[in-house]
Amino acid sequence: MYPQQFEYVRPSSVDEAIGILASNPDAKVLAGGHSLIPAMKLRLAAPGTVVDIGKIDGLAGIDSRGGAKIGAMTTYAAIVDSDKLGDFPMLTEATKQVGDPSVRNRGTIGGSMAHNDPAADLTAVMLALNASVTAKGKGGEREVAVDDLFVGLLTTSLAEDEIITSVNIPNDFANAKQAYVKHAHPASGYAVVGVAVAVTEKDGKVESARIGVTGAPEHAKRATSAEAALTGKTLDAETIAAAAALAADDLGELNGDVYASPEYRAHLVRVLTKRALTQAAGL
Amino acid sequence: MSATVAQNVVPVDITVNGVEHHAEVEPRQLLVHFLRETLGLTGTHVGCDTSSCGACTIHLDGKAVKSCTVLTAQADGASITTIEGMATDGQLHPVQEGFWEEHGLQCGYCTPGMIMAASAFLETNPDPTEDEIRHALEGNLCRCTGYQNIVKAIQYAAKKG
Amino acid sequence: MVASVDAPEKMVGKAIKRREDPRLITGAGQFIDDLRMPGMLHIGLVRSPLAHAKIKSIDLSPALSMPGVVAAFTGEDFLDLNPLPAAWQAGGVTNHAVTPRVLAVNEVHLAGDPVAVVIAEDQYLARDAAEAVIVEYEELPVVVDAKKAAEAGAPQLHEEAPNNIVLEWSCGKDAEVVDKALADADVTAGLHIINQRLIPTPMEPRGSVARYDPGTGDYTLWITSQAPHVMRLLIAAFVLGIPEQKIRTISPDIGGGFGAKIFCYYDMPLTMAISKKLDGRPIKFFEDRVENYVSTTHGRDHISDVEVGATNDGKITALKVKTWANIGAYFSTIAAGIPTTLYGRMIAGCYKIPNIRVDVTATYTNTAMVDAYRGAGRPEAAYLIERVCDAVAAATGIDPAEVRRQNFIQPEDFPYDTGIGMLPYDSGDYERALDKALDLAGYTDLRAEQKRRIEAGEQKLLGIGLSSYVEVCGVAPSKWIGLGGEGWGAGLWESANIRVQLTGKTVVTTGSLPHGQGHETTFAQLVSDKLGIPYDDIQIKHSDSLGTPFGFGSYGSRSLTVGGTAIYKTTDKVIDKVKKLGAHMLEASEADVEFEHGKVFVKGSPDAAKSIQEIAAAAHVAYDLPEGMEPFLDETTYYDPPNCTFPFGTHVCVVEIDNDSGEVDIVKYLAVDDVGNVINPLIVGGQLHGGIAQGLAQALYEGAYYDDDGQLLTGSLSDYAIPKASQVPWYDLDSTVTPSPVNPMGAKGAGEAGTIASTPAVGNAVVDAVKHLGVNNIQMPMTPERIWTAINEAR
Repeated sequence: MYPQQFEYVRPSSVDEAIGILASNPDAKVLAGGHSLIPAMKLRLAAPGTVVDIGKIDGLAGIDSRGGAKIGAMTTYAAIVDSDKLGDFPMLTEATKQVGDPSVRNRGTIGGSMAHNDPAADLTAVMLALNASVTAKGKGGEREVAVDDLFVGLLTTSLAEDEIITSVNIPNDFANAKQAYVKHAHPASGYAVVGVAVAVTEKDGKVESARIGVTGAPEHAKRATSAEAALTGKTLDAETIAAAAALAADDLGELNGDVYASPEYRAHLVRVLTKRALTQAAGL
Repeated sequence: MSATVAQNVVPVDITVNGVEHHAEVEPRQLLVHFLRETLGLTGTHVGCDTSSCGACTIHLDGKAVKSCTVLTAQADGASITTIEGMATDGQLHPVQEGFWEEHGLQCGYCTPGMIMAASAFLETNPDPTEDEIRHALEGNLCRCTGYQNIVKAIQYAAKKG
Repeated sequence: MVASVDAPEKMVGKAIKRREDPRLITGAGQFIDDLRMPGMLHIGLVRSPLAHAKIKSIDLSPALSMPGVVAAFTGEDFLDLNPLPAAWQAGGVTNHAVTPRVLAVNEVHLAGDPVAVVIAEDQYLARDAAEAVIVEYEELPVVVDAKKAAEAGAPQLHEEAPNNIVLEWSCGKDAEVVDKALADADVTAGLHIINQRLIPTPMEPRGSVARYDPGTGDYTLWITSQAPHVMRLLIAAFVLGIPEQKIRTISPDIGGGFGAKIFCYYDMPLTMAISKKLDGRPIKFFEDRVENYVSTTHGRDHISDVEVGATNDGKITALKVKTWANIGAYFSTIAAGIPTTLYGRMIAGCYKIPNIRVDVTATYTNTAMVDAYRGAGRPEAAYLIERVCDAVAAATGIDPAEVRRQNFIQPEDFPYDTGIGMLPYDSGDYERALDKALDLAGYTDLRAEQKRRIEAGEQKLLGIGLSSYVEVCGVAPSKWIGLGGEGWGAGLWESANIRVQLTGKTVVTTGSLPHGQGHETTFAQLVSDKLGIPYDDIQIKHSDSLGTPFGFGSYGSRSLTVGGTAIYKTTDKVIDKVKKLGAHMLEASEADVEFEHGKVFVKGSPDAAKSIQEIAAAAHVAYDLPEGMEPFLDETTYYDPPNCTFPFGTHVCVVEIDNDSGEVDIVKYLAVDDVGNVINPLIVGGQLHGGIAQGLAQALYEGAYYDDDGQLLTGSLSDYAIPKASQVPWYDLDSTVTPSPVNPMGAKGAGEAGTIASTPAVGNAVVDAVKHLGVNNIQMPMTPERIWTAINEAR
């Protein structure tokens, strides 16, 4: 309940923050604080320096010209309340399922991407929407596709001195058929399994499909075999069932705990993929 | 490095229930402890270590937040309302009144956080359904009431406007 | 018409809002962590990370050298304190009671066992210092399962308890008799039931604040306790070895208890002893939730094998139960009473069962201590017998409602002795409650809809669960419960004092105390009606051993039935004196006056009445009292009831199960409870709601698990699922009223009924939904995975 002592730094620019991170290997970025502070309270995390980026101007806000560019410090609540994300209804629906109202008032989308919790909701959504993040570090600014961002348990491909400044959703799946479906852990509310699907169609056939799965794998991953099983097909019950049956095939070793075994998680991935696709298809 | 770097204490200016406070706090101090220990506002409670129970819910710049998951330092410049600031001129807030009228509390430990969460919720959704109320309370745990009378308390407050 | 004074508004039976609420809804409540005292210091505990180990060495010096650290101690520093008391040892059998010391010495027996303590200026520093203490351990083997603990070769926890056995206890008929009845039965069924470990989780964790007065040698101890008088007695007489009057115990506002705050815990004498060592500086201990989960008591944790025999028409003829009860690492204060008296002796439920045998083996394991948790033994018994009823229904093909009806104890049978050592059930009409519940739930239609969905092959299956429960409240008769009987090491009477002061303002002090139940309201309603004193003029004082008569506290749904009766009887004593003095003031003989609605008058002349306020003033000034009468209206009662009370009812739960994922949704919850006469329906309704939520959470959500190394896997509120608002249904409450003949109010008790009833109602509903697939049992919590697995295995 009581964090260890640390040095608190509140830079006023991203560059200043990067400088501190680069010169201080024991530093951690504090965004909304809803992953870091709980870990520090339980003394599971004990950074020597906490870099509070909460007062840096320009990191929050949503720009919806050509897809959506969401500032890293944009809170979940701001996403839910935004009228600029109408092209991506799944994002709003999924964000409503993150944590609880108080958590959504503080937690940020950038923090969620950087923390890469294996049971986070928006990691799967961003995979399905083919999103990327803009990261800035000593070496400059770069764009990292979320496909390449999530690399391990609570691990991203970002360098120690890199800060996510925005999450970028391309136009690929704007107004596409999409849905996020979740089986929430009864206590934590995190995803035991969450499945995000986005499907575009051309001439009545699936042109492009992306499926992001969270909760079950080590980190949010795509169900590529299921995606392939959809492509070129009519999005009907039969296609959906066939694709859903493959949804747990590409996820590697699955998580298990006292609430849900790996076997059950695999089953839920299939069930929820079917549900999500059915919902997205409007069947 | 800039002047904001490397301090053992952080100066903060925080307005709580309309009163401005200046303090020098340890970086690690949680906002709930600033309220309880520094200011003596013990109506905000602590019931868990995992940001689960919501007993510590307050309004920070008008929004419900869990004060156990915010550093005091982060609240610099903010305006805060706690349960002690909810009644004005001896008049209970409609949500407080609802909890009393509908027997929305038993032991009363979760109640301040419930009232803070519910009042913030009604600001954004003044005419909620039962289902919306129940989901709005997902971050606030009560072990006594089974929630039914809490739902009724919030419905009472909504009706009262 | 008989001449009478005007009747004021009747308070009993009225759903008035609570008078304790204004302080609680404005943040003005005073909970233990809210106490502030000059010079107060904070405790940080060093807890063992291992579940079973020898302590090789403890180095306090790194902590002692830290700024803000005042002192640090190990268990060796408190060897002058005795281990905590074992207040309830099961009657008639040997109890190998090993209780904890304030800090473990030589050996730890659970992960979280405190081994050292640091004292610092604030909580942050205390935690830092606790982490700095260096402890060397030698790891020992671990056992966490109650049944495995008793097996040959299991790791041994305590020399005093061979094979980890705390006690072996039984009730009912000889095993051979019951075996024969089982062999003779038309049908039999077996059930393996795991009544899983639960964590009580009051929203306020536990704490203690102690202050020693070096001048007088007296201690004041503020505790989150449901029984402050009992704590004072136990700590004084058994732990510290000092006279009771040297300790004053005070329970401030308590943020829920549910049983976990009944017991004597290490921190109580520890904070006292430290305050004395530190020349009277106030010492505060307040658990965080992680500490609460590892080291405050848990509940339930039974493993049972059940065999039942019945006739072809559903009459239960024999019931044989073998239960292993997990007691945890040490013997908690009343641990032995739970799986014996409160469980075994209630196993018959609402039913006439001619042949019953219950065998209980209680064992030590490397886990948190297990003791009373809301319902305490009765939920385990109710779950078992109600699952048995459904098993009989499945075995005979008779509807579960009819099986219950077939076996009910009938209204004319009361007082009814079940023959297994419980006191006779007081009163009841079980069939009336069942019929009302079935009718209100639309049972016939529900069964038809269930059938339709199965036949249509729908994905959402419907399950209908019944629970006809009876439980025992106001467990008190001292001769029965005490030593020589059920083994409780004291009485269980309750007390009250009423003082009608000179101004007519009235103070009632009770040994009962609330932790959310609204005593300040209910008891005032009761007294107002009896004495005719305005409700607002009556104040209920409680929870301070200095200002209240000795009481055993609040648990087991006993406050109204025992404590309330003490108040009721005290009002009678006040009325007696008021009549005597009133008659004297009216210059009439006592035989000629009546007392009604707070006034004494000569029969037939209510206009010339003396009010109780006038009489109280006359008693107080004492200018003109009858010969031999003492001044002041001040009466006290110590009340020991002749029997317990037995609330009952039927709950109906309807669930929908997704046969693909195993996900469950409660679509209807209906409760018909008979708690006897009700003082405040608002409060009783609240008790039932909360109870139902806790019980249904056992069926669906909650379960505490340890790994094989004795680490608690569900150690926080983000792992252990107490229910949220969105996870519980709307509860439809209804009632029947069968007054209890045991007390003058006719009350039966309502604090635990909901919890006891709802677990089997929900559990039966889930199994009922999938029984057509061949499923006959699912262990709790009935998580989606377990339901999915059961469906798969049955298919």
